[in-house]
Amino acid sequence: MPEVKRRYVIPGEVVARGNVRADLNVMRVNDTLVATRVGMAEIGHDVVRVVPLSGPYIPRIDDLVVGKVIDYSAFAWEADINSCFFGILPAASVFGRDYSPAKDSLTDKLKVGDMIASRVIAFDRTRDPLLSISGPGLGRIPRGQVVKISPAKVPRLIGKKGSMIKTIEVGTRSRMLIGQNGVVVIVGSPEDTLRAIRAVNLVDEEAHSADLTEKVQLMLGITPEPQQADAEQESDEFGSETQTENEQSAASSGESDVMSPENMQSGESSSEQISEGI
Amino acid sequence: MGKQGGDSSSLINEQGIRADGRRIDELRPIKIEVGILKNADGSAFIQFGKNKIMAAVYGPKEVHPKHSALPDRSVLRCRYHMSPFSTEERKNPAPSRREIEISKVTREALEPSLMLEDYPRTAIDVFVEVLQSDGGSRCAGISAASVALADAGINMRDLVSACAAGKVAGQVVLDVDDTEDKEGQADLPIAIMSTSNQVTLLQLDGQLNEEEFNKALSWALSGCKKVYELQREALIGRYFGKNEKVLEVEQ
Repeated sequence: MPEVKRRYVIPGEVVARGNVRADLNVMRVNDTLVATRVGMAEIGHDVVRVVPLSGPYIPRIDDLVVGKVIDYSAFAWEADINSCFFGILPAASVFGRDYSPAKDSLTDKLKVGDMIASRVIAFDRTRDPLLSISGPGLGRIPRGQVVKISPAKVPRLIGKKGSMIKTIEVGTRSRMLIGQNGVVVIVGSPEDTLRAIRAVNLVDEEAHSADLTEKVQLMLGITPEPQQADAEQESDEFGSETQTENEQSAASSGESDVMSPENMQSGESSSEQISEGI
Repeated sequence: MGKQGGDSSSLINEQGIRADGRRIDELRPIKIEVGILKNADGSAFIQFGKNKIMAAVYGPKEVHPKHSALPDRSVLRCRYHMSPFSTEERKNPAPSRREIEISKVTREALEPSLMLEDYPRTAIDVFVEVLQSDGGSRCAGISAASVALADAGINMRDLVSACAAGKVAGQVVLDVDDTEDKEGQADLPIAIMSTSNQVTLLQLDGQLNEEEFNKALSWALSGCKKVYELQREALIGRYFGKNEKVLEVEQ
């Protein structure tokens, strides 16, 4: 694996020079590559990018986003996806191609105020992002607690190969659905949900600190053990995997609050999905 | 309205020391804090001598009224406002001619540094609120607003740093304060994009000859560079956890 140098940058700072490809949040000015955001520059052998530490959510195709239905017309729902652009969910993508406004009523499927787990299927900034709720784990979210974090900190909340999600889920016996737009849905008993919210907020506040996983573990009363690394989740470098499967039953309320590694492994598998397909 | 130049004999003494104890090429103490407002998308607070200025950024967000949205880029809206208690005599809170002008020049000073084309059909609101004023507040406001924009995570080509120079008691001075501004002969506020050295604001109130202008310009530019260092330190401190401290500028 090629060596990647990391460095803190602010907008306008020269990140690299010469024949290097400019990736995310980097722009080319003559022979130099300049950062456009506050963040961590990753300077590789032939590519440079800046992982931002703040900023609004700008939709990207294939992102999983959690949105709230705020309006509907004869042909589409409009969803607030925590961005400066509203998500458009066409009725035809839910009812099928034979959708007819005369025959079908949009409110039968989704009402104003409903939360949805959806995927961005098209977006090019000239028009509002197009959403879809057809797919595994997508659809209306029937229950749960919504927490918002900074969208730039979502990769940290997911962690490498989903490690942070797993730590919080196992530590609090709750389940989380994390949208790339910074909206998190937590499902669990009220006490577990509260603890999970605290953990999520801790990640949001201290995303920059190096020993974040330990801090979260300390807060949740977990003794760090390398054991949990065996449950591997496939994800890209930033851990954009958002459907989570929890080993722990959300309803297992008989156990003590302090989770030992044994408890973590012994829970019954109940990989129920947070959202219900429509 | 040009500067008349009042009684300026007491503004600089024989040793070249100004009324507030500074040398002629010395900035006032500057302190910048980032992320001071919880509900804003980005915010900053600057103390520039006795100036105390808060800058807040909201957006990018939906534009209201809708017809003012631009199809290819974001609309930058700036509001420079002085609180009624920010001056010695109570200031009427209604926007004055001066505030409207400074709002405009603030927008024009910040616009080149922002990649507004990345956020079409949206608006970015910048609010600069002067809580205490002591001359040079437009420069301090622009510097704070730029930091707030970076805090909001809006794509930027560069940070904008601003500083003024002027002419007081016949001498070119750096960073004019309120008394010097009123009694002095000229005021030259400038704003630059620090890394690329491009000027985004240059105003001149008063009269300077070519030699004085060049001297004032180069001093103001060096002042901007120092402001930039403090902006950088404030942002790095905010995001990467260095202890925030009062940074006094040494020349």
